[in-house]
Amino acid sequence: MSQPEVSHPDARNAELRSRIADEYRWGFVTDIEQEVVPEGLSEAVIRLISKKKNEPDFMLEWRLQAYRHWLTLTAPTWSSVHYPAIDYQAIHYYAAPKSGAQPKDLSEVDPELLRTYEKLGIPLQEREALAGVAVDAVFDSVSVATTFKDKLESLGIIFCSFSEALREHPDLVRQYLGSVVPYTDNYFATLNSAVFTDGSFVYVPKGMRCPMELSTYFRINARNSGQFERTLIIADEGATVSYLEGCTAPMRDENQLHAAVVELVALKDARIKYSTVQNWYPGDAEGRGGIYNFVTKRGDCRGDRAHISWTQVETGSAITWKYPSCILRGDDSAGEFYSVALTNHRQQADTGTKMIHIGRNTRSTIVSKGISAGFGSNAYRGLVKVLPSAANARNYTQCDSLLMSDHCAAHTFPYIEVKNPSATVEHEATTSKIGDDQLFYLRSRGLSEEDAVNLIVNGFCREVFKELPMEFAVEAQKLLAVSLEGAIG
Amino acid sequence: MLEIRNLHVSIGDRPILAGIDLDVKSGEVHAIMGPNGSGKSTLAQVLAGREGYAVTAGSVRYLEQDLLALAPEQRACAGIFLAFQYPLEIPGVANVQLLRSALNSVRRQRGESELDAMDFLDTVKSKLALLDMDESFLYRAVNEGFSGGEKKRNEILQMAVLEPRLAILDETDSGLDIDALKTVASGVNALKDPERAVILVTHYQRLLNYIVPDRVHVLANGRIVRSGDASLALELEDKGYGWLTPDTHEEARP
Ligand SMILES: Nc1ncnc2c1ncn2[C@@H]1O[C@H](COP(=O)(O)OP(=O)(O)OP(=O)(O)O)[C@@H](O)[C@H]1O
Ligand SMILES: [Mg+2]
Repeated sequence: MSQPEVSHPDARNAELRSRIADEYRWGFVTDIEQEVVPEGLSEAVIRLISKKKNEPDFMLEWRLQAYRHWLTLTAPTWSSVHYPAIDYQAIHYYAAPKSGAQPKDLSEVDPELLRTYEKLGIPLQEREALAGVAVDAVFDSVSVATTFKDKLESLGIIFCSFSEALREHPDLVRQYLGSVVPYTDNYFATLNSAVFTDGSFVYVPKGMRCPMELSTYFRINARNSGQFERTLIIADEGATVSYLEGCTAPMRDENQLHAAVVELVALKDARIKYSTVQNWYPGDAEGRGGIYNFVTKRGDCRGDRAHISWTQVETGSAITWKYPSCILRGDDSAGEFYSVALTNHRQQADTGTKMIHIGRNTRSTIVSKGISAGFGSNAYRGLVKVLPSAANARNYTQCDSLLMSDHCAAHTFPYIEVKNPSATVEHEATTSKIGDDQLFYLRSRGLSEEDAVNLIVNGFCREVFKELPMEFAVEAQKLLAVSLEGAIG
Repeated sequence: MLEIRNLHVSIGDRPILAGIDLDVKSGEVHAIMGPNGSGKSTLAQVLAGREGYAVTAGSVRYLEQDLLALAPEQRACAGIFLAFQYPLEIPGVANVQLLRSALNSVRRQRGESELDAMDFLDTVKSKLALLDMDESFLYRAVNEGFSGGEKKRNEILQMAVLEPRLAILDETDSGLDIDALKTVASGVNALKDPERAVILVTHYQRLLNYIVPDRVHVLANGRIVRSGDASLALELEDKGYGWLTPDTHEEARP
């Protein structure tokens, strides 16, 4: 991740304070004592959330419908991950870092996490911010964020928090929210629809090619909105946008459950590229702690020749349950999914994609690279569905697994449903164990064992890394190296 | 430079090397010949630090150090290089990437600064020219989809870039066409220097026409059964190994 240029700390503090003052006005960051909504979920809690956020009525209605629907659902049991039942009544659904949970300084932060920051070469201030230390001014320079925003605004591009979008552009939100992932979609998406707190909103107008990578990194209000995040990205006809989610340093995060929803809408001739590097706290070596990451991500190629590409590098979380998908509705539209998922220690990942071919001549490409180390368990689960209308649909799927130890596991569950005889669906899968011979070969050339492992893993992931924006790719490599420390055996 | 004394090595329960003695001095070229399965590669791999090969007796000293106490990468940094009989494939890793990591690790270890991308490319390109190799080799994944002969040349390229003190070539000549053989030989000869030494494991006297050895050794049944000068190789070409290893032949017969 690149360091934005920072202005003088005092100037920044002043700017930040005024920004925070703004947020007080909006009821965002209010006195913790008063603002904590009691734990548990009920209609009253949802009304309260919506009211605190000054939301338009349609939003509250939608949340309540979702909530009522959620009450009729039971948690899914079909994936290969295992976790103790979640007590949804024990969760705080509104903002407010739990009092006392926030460390006062770095000495209160898990030393393991700090060691990782050091290895990644993250500056001290930034480390504090990532670790959730209650610092006055954090690194994410407001001035950078605003210059950025001004430039985008002049092009007609909207890039703001979801809450802001609801206030400033309610019609756009209303038109597209839930149009890709309806609130009835699945257990966690339904829960998210009822209680989501914030997230990102992007709209790129017709014919506009967004001149920079949009990243949550630049969005100051990203903190503590993580638990039930909602992101909506719309590329209007002929528009192009590349969006980067998260930053590449591990986030300390006291929320156990994450249930985010991301919706992408690509109209005619539009292109959306969505890249994620996810590295939340995976839990310790014995599997204690760590995030449960249950995410619904879906893109809709709504117009002809629309193009949506998902690239993800997943190294964090105790449990990951995630299937970024594409609905290929427009003729000649294309969907891509490039994924690296790494599980070490006791981590579990069940991830993959769905490609739903509806339009004619639709194409999809799936490249999934699973790396399992320690006692980690890694599953690829993918669905390629070709509907009767999708004449000449083409899919190419490649699923490779790399095993780093004798205790880890890799599974592949490809589901293919083809209802049109003119479709071509190709699937290739390989599983390999990192070889002693390969390691010896590289070490005999002077590479340390660690460097040898990293080189082999990077080679294994190359097809995915080359899809990432350059800086992100370099960071992702570093991150894999850190996540894999001591993984051989 | 290298002193091997009474070296015994087992793989699993099976003794493979049964008391090797060998002295290699700076500036020398030694050839090791011998029948299939006699332990030549085992010796080469043990010198490079392959794990899982148990040294049950004996010692190896290299430049006044206990070689067997060093990890493979430490040996490489101390100037040992093994050209593998069967080079490994590393999918997705460009040749140039491996060469650069390797050279920089070795340089770091020697207390030299790492080469930046430009200097490194200059170095590599001069070596490519020396070995008459195309630049496109640099950007292909390490040994992936290489022909047998290309893999062998690639080993020599690595050697040329790393400039080892002691190069061990395990049948690098096998599978090479005659032109490639000459280029490989010129790669090795370019490295010759009073401060360096080379051990060539080979089955063919042919290579020794291009790289003239100071000593030739015959390894059979895990022992060096005969040593001599370059003429020994010619004699072997003529007579085979039977006259040196009557016992095995007896045993091998049904
Ligand atoms: N990993 C192993 N496990 C069991 N036996 C092994 C292993 N590696 C080598 N051997 C055995 O050790 C003996 C010596 O093998 P080595 O590869 O050193 O022979 P070599 O002299 O290099 O033969 P060649 O000329 O065919 O290359 C052979 O009998 C071989 O089968
Ligand atoms: Mg051999």
